[in-house]
Amino acid sequence: MNTLPKDISGWGRYPVQRCELVRPERHAELWSEAPSLLARGQGRSYGDAALNAGGRVVLTERVNRFLAFDRDKGIVRAEAGVTLAELLALTVPRGWFPLVTPGTRHVSLGGCVAADVHGKNHHHDGAFGTSVRELELITAGGRRLRCSAQENVEAFRATVGGMGLSGIIGEVELQLRPIESAYIRARHQGAANLEQLFALLQDSDHDARYSVAWVDLMSRGAALGRGVVMNGDHAAADELSGGRRLTPLRLVPHKAHNIPFAMPGWLLNRFSIRAFNSRYFRREGGRDAPFLVDYDTFFYPLDTLDNWNRLYGRRGFVQYQCVVPTATALAALQQLLQRLATSGHPAFLGVLKRMGAQGTGYLSFPMAGYTLAMDLPMQGATTLALLDSFDEVVLQHGGRVYLAKDARLAPASLRAMYPQLAEWQRVRRELDPQGVFSSSLSRRLRMEEEA
Amino acid sequence: MSGAILILGATSAIARGAAAAWAQRGYRLYLAGRDVESLRRDAADLTIRYGVAVHFGAFDAAAHDSHAAFLQRVTEEMGELEGVLLAFGYLGSQARAAADFRETLIIINRNFVDAVSILNLCADQLEQRGRGFIAGIASVAGDRGRQSNYTYGAAKGAFALYLQGLRNRLFPAGVRVLTIKPGFVDTAMTFGMPGLFLVAAPQDVGARIVTAVERGRDVIYVPWFWRYIMLIITCIPERLFKRLKL
Repeated sequence: MNTLPKDISGWGRYPVQRCELVRPERHAELWSEAPSLLARGQGRSYGDAALNAGGRVVLTERVNRFLAFDRDKGIVRAEAGVTLAELLALTVPRGWFPLVTPGTRHVSLGGCVAADVHGKNHHHDGAFGTSVRELELITAGGRRLRCSAQENVEAFRATVGGMGLSGIIGEVELQLRPIESAYIRARHQGAANLEQLFALLQDSDHDARYSVAWVDLMSRGAALGRGVVMNGDHAAADELSGGRRLTPLRLVPHKAHNIPFAMPGWLLNRFSIRAFNSRYFRREGGRDAPFLVDYDTFFYPLDTLDNWNRLYGRRGFVQYQCVVPTATALAALQQLLQRLATSGHPAFLGVLKRMGAQGTGYLSFPMAGYTLAMDLPMQGATTLALLDSFDEVVLQHGGRVYLAKDARLAPASLRAMYPQLAEWQRVRRELDPQGVFSSSLSRRLRMEEEA
Repeated sequence: MSGAILILGATSAIARGAAAAWAQRGYRLYLAGRDVESLRRDAADLTIRYGVAVHFGAFDAAAHDSHAAFLQRVTEEMGELEGVLLAFGYLGSQARAAADFRETLIIINRNFVDAVSILNLCADQLEQRGRGFIAGIASVAGDRGRQSNYTYGAAKGAFALYLQGLRNRLFPAGVRVLTIKPGFVDTAMTFGMPGLFLVAAPQDVGARIVTAVERGRDVIYVPWFWRYIMLIITCIPERLFKRLKL
């Protein structure tokens, strides 16, 4: 197979590293002999999780065939390169929706498994791994291993959330959720500060299936952590009106706009972001009455802007996503926002979510508590120092950082954050004694090494 | 649209693109190639995405004696064919071909002799039926011999000439013949090659093939601007061309 040495990055465009790319066209070609291997789906993890500097990166984009679809039971089996966009195009018109979806459709099923992604419904339905009925894992040497919650359970738990380091995910079988329409009944509520935002997210009267809060990261003082809680549920067919009611599962596709090249780095500064956030807060915070919105707009607002990561300019950006346990979540997140405010560092998009119980995988990110995600333009040492100071707060409160978003965590912090690391290491050594599967992230965090 | 289309070399990226475009239009397909397990997966994918019947089976292009039986089996399974896309080919290595005649033979056989063997049979069947099409993937490399790949270019050029003759022969019978000349397409063949520009996605090329068949075109370049690139290249006088490093 042809190889292509190329400088690539994750979605955050930081860091950029030279990897040896191969792109199999067929499932049988997923495995290839190389001293260092890593599968990469759509490259939507942010930092260096899908990079393998100096090693081989197996692009799975062409290995994207549907293998089976049971329209009565809502079970789909596909090669791991299938994207959620492809899955939705197939299953929504037939009345099925993924049990769990992250905030973009442009992710592969293999990537969803490897990062054990979560969605706006984690507090109800858990992370992606809970919807996986079975996986095919291609382990070191090219052996194909079926694993699930019942069969080869340890391999399954090392793969779900295992960041692609247990092998190449070849096939994924998923359970889907029945839906009556392609629409969401949504409701927005503004909150003047973080405390109010927490109160709304906890409020069981408004306990929608999907729940997420946008946070104004540039607000300060009494308004620190103000935001908008966005709730939603799948709408029943009879809630629709007019033409929509006749074809409740049909959507007119949205036109995507493209950011053609990296924007000047100064575009997103604290003044432009502040102005945007104030306007957004006023507009979205006031939509208290329930309204109907198509699933595309509700789940994937940023997908309407292709290559939106170019907004951050050449230096790229880092996303900091952490989860902190319920008991002290409010205090922890207040501290984080306070540190961000005092630093004066610009930060765009803040997202706050309530999380349910710990997930399937040894390294699954979610835990019962609250998760905050922040996009920060990369400004070198100042950004990295700020994020290190965030780690202190998160560690203090027994929380953790999301590896799929990470580009800079320290090895010691990983060990404190992921208590099941040793189990993961044990299973990984059994599956891959030579340590063929490796990534820039795994080497930076010394994930294979004990303590 | 109950017609069935036979795709030879169906696991290639361009063939996959064309298969998707035909399946989307409701055609039944027969996928043929050497790698039956891959064909099984492609068939499942097309059936699930587009809800059409897709059959598949092993086809060995080099086993010329088996071609008649193969075509008969396909016809028995699918009914009469609406058309045939020939998508198999082999780029090989010019350097290896110059040093080892076995490589030269593989390049010539796969791209020309094997193709002629099966298309002769398809042509007879379609001619008798009095309608349908044959589409063959040649190459811009066949428009002018260049030191970097003249064995491949010669075989593809011969194939293009064969298709031209077939087009002439089958015209009275109402059977159309399309010659496809791809430039750079983003396939396994070109992945990682240095010096590529304006590379087309195989899905787009596949869709172009399907519309070209519908419009009864004779020769298409994909992407289209390759017609003009090749026009310039073929216009360079030989006295000058032989000095170039192409």
